[in-house]
Amino acid sequence: MIRLVTRDLALAVRAGGGFGLGLAFFLVVTVLVPFGVGPEAAILGPIAPGILWIGALLACLLSLDRVFALDREDGALDLLATAPLPMEGIALAKAAAHWLSTGLPLSLAAAPLGVLLSLPWPGHLWLALSLLMGTPALSLIGTFGAALTVGLRRGGPLLSLLVLPLYVPTLVFGADVARRGAAGLDPATPLALLGAVTLGCLAGLPFAAAAALRVSIR
Amino acid sequence: MSLWSYANPVRFMGATRPLVPILGAVAGVCLVLGLAWGFFFTPDDYRQGSTVKIIYLHVPAALMAINAWFMMLVASLVWLVRRHHVSALAARAAAPVGLTMTLIALVTGAVWGQPMWGTWWAWDPRLTAFLILFLFYLGYIALWEAVEEPDAAADLTSVLCLVGSVFAVLSRYAVNFWNQGLHQGASLSLDAETNVADVFYYPLLVCIAGFVALFGALVLLRTRTEIRARRLHVLRLRERMADA
Amino acid sequence: MRIAARGLTAGRGGVPVLSGMDFAVAPGRALILRGPNGAGKTTLLRTIAGLQPPMAGTVEPDRDAVAYGGHADGMKGQLTVAENLSFWAGLHRTGGIGAALDAFALAPLEDRLAQHLSAGQRRRLGLARMMVTGRPVWCLDEPTVSLDAANTARFAAMVRRHLEGGGTAVLATHIDLGLDAETLDVARHRAVFGDAARAAGAPA
Repeated sequence: MIRLVTRDLALAVRAGGGFGLGLAFFLVVTVLVPFGVGPEAAILGPIAPGILWIGALLACLLSLDRVFALDREDGALDLLATAPLPMEGIALAKAAAHWLSTGLPLSLAAAPLGVLLSLPWPGHLWLALSLLMGTPALSLIGTFGAALTVGLRRGGPLLSLLVLPLYVPTLVFGADVARRGAAGLDPATPLALLGAVTLGCLAGLPFAAAAALRVSIR
Repeated sequence: MSLWSYANPVRFMGATRPLVPILGAVAGVCLVLGLAWGFFFTPDDYRQGSTVKIIYLHVPAALMAINAWFMMLVASLVWLVRRHHVSALAARAAAPVGLTMTLIALVTGAVWGQPMWGTWWAWDPRLTAFLILFLFYLGYIALWEAVEEPDAAADLTSVLCLVGSVFAVLSRYAVNFWNQGLHQGASLSLDAETNVADVFYYPLLVCIAGFVALFGALVLLRTRTEIRARRLHVLRLRERMADA
Repeated sequence: MRIAARGLTAGRGGVPVLSGMDFAVAPGRALILRGPNGAGKTTLLRTIAGLQPPMAGTVEPDRDAVAYGGHADGMKGQLTVAENLSFWAGLHRTGGIGAALDAFALAPLEDRLAQHLSAGQRRRLGLARMMVTGRPVWCLDEPTVSLDAANTARFAAMVRRHLEGGGTAVLATHIDLGLDAETLDVARHRAVFGDAARAAGAPA
């Protein structure tokens, strides 16, 4: 499993892997927000946690359709399915590789981008923490969505339609952690709930994704 | 003879043929009766005036919107466990009906909310939860449409329905957490203390019965259509295989 | 390892393509599948490899004993020849990749990115992967496409070594590889309508 993760990371980082794309998308979205709502810190500050969470969420979505589609096109998915690695392991490894190549860099980039949106000070740390805890759930849910749509010709738009409603709980709790943190309130409750969502996804979704994959490859 | 024998398409078609017009008639009678009773023969609410009468559409539609998803969940489980084609087709048939019920609940809610809360839309937890449910229905239907191979489509949508159900419940609580809301408490419950007054209650029950019968009739009708479509698919297959 | 199919019906997209198949392949022997395009050779190979469940009947051995090589080789262009092979060797927990590189004279290309290989070189890399799986049963779909005569001979030698070691192989190919093999004409097992109707859940 570790080998599959490292191979996917190597593929993402090498030429044509699209490693920096999600990050660049996140940056562009963040830069565009003040043009849309105005440059006043009084407006930007309160909405910054939510905007940054939504930006990160959309950036995550951007690379999801590649999770299984590339391996399906070149036949590697068939070969992986016959390899001595359970389908659940493949799904989990794919989600882990997706998180390491998108979720983790996004979480680290969010705090500096918070400065651009006048996020009040302690909020940066809470934002980074909430993303670190929440983006694994986004990757796991996205991997499940990618497994559902891997056999389809126009899977991309459908993938977004399927995955975005599933992102609601993660977004609600994650953005609330960042918002409470920025406002100086105690974010412990949403943080605990966010952790619960992520752990729940980790426990259940690899099985659902594996079931979908088995159907999709046959 | 067990319930499972109706998983046989032939027996299912035979048993449901008379059921569709009967359920349709029950739905028509109940709806006409209940709505007429509710609209014309009940007093205006002392606080809400005549706007309260939208309850006769809003509450049954909302109830059926959730129950339709629940029915799809059960049908999906039956398909995954016992591989009865009728079950998968019934889940597929119920989805657009549930979608429509959700839409009715949302629109009547907006029409009701305008005079009551002074706004067409508020990000109230219940309304928001219904909007999310609406998106779930859209995704489910879109996945059915996108997958060409019938059994694969049934498998994938069933898995989506299961996972979606968990996330729908999760979203409901997340949304509650996120905004406490304006919506009044439940209109109906088994605990009679909190129910609406009897004058509103009885016509409402008749309307709910009408919606249940309407839902049953529509789902059966659509399931029968799906079974016929599947038979047509098989006939085309025969033609193709004879040509090959 | 022995391959055995009993009353096997294999299909694609919910439609049976082949039905009523019974065959057995003893260790050390190969089975050559023949038949026109679209007859169901790929479907049968995928079913034996466990990529899709049989629509009826049984097939042995378990999928954990089978290595599958399809039309697409699953090799990543951004990785070198050695990296590609090492990945699969690692996944299958087999040893080095030296023997696989030697079998197809790939050693000189070891550090070349797979996307810079020619079609034939790429095919050699895909076939070399079969050796690093360490699996006793090979399922190969049109393995000799884009191979020249010398490399077709190398391939035949590789399969022969595999069979001599007690392995078995099922190959869909039209080329005579000079193997100790039986031939199965899949066109004779074409599924008829009754199978299709039952599969689609409708009474015929």
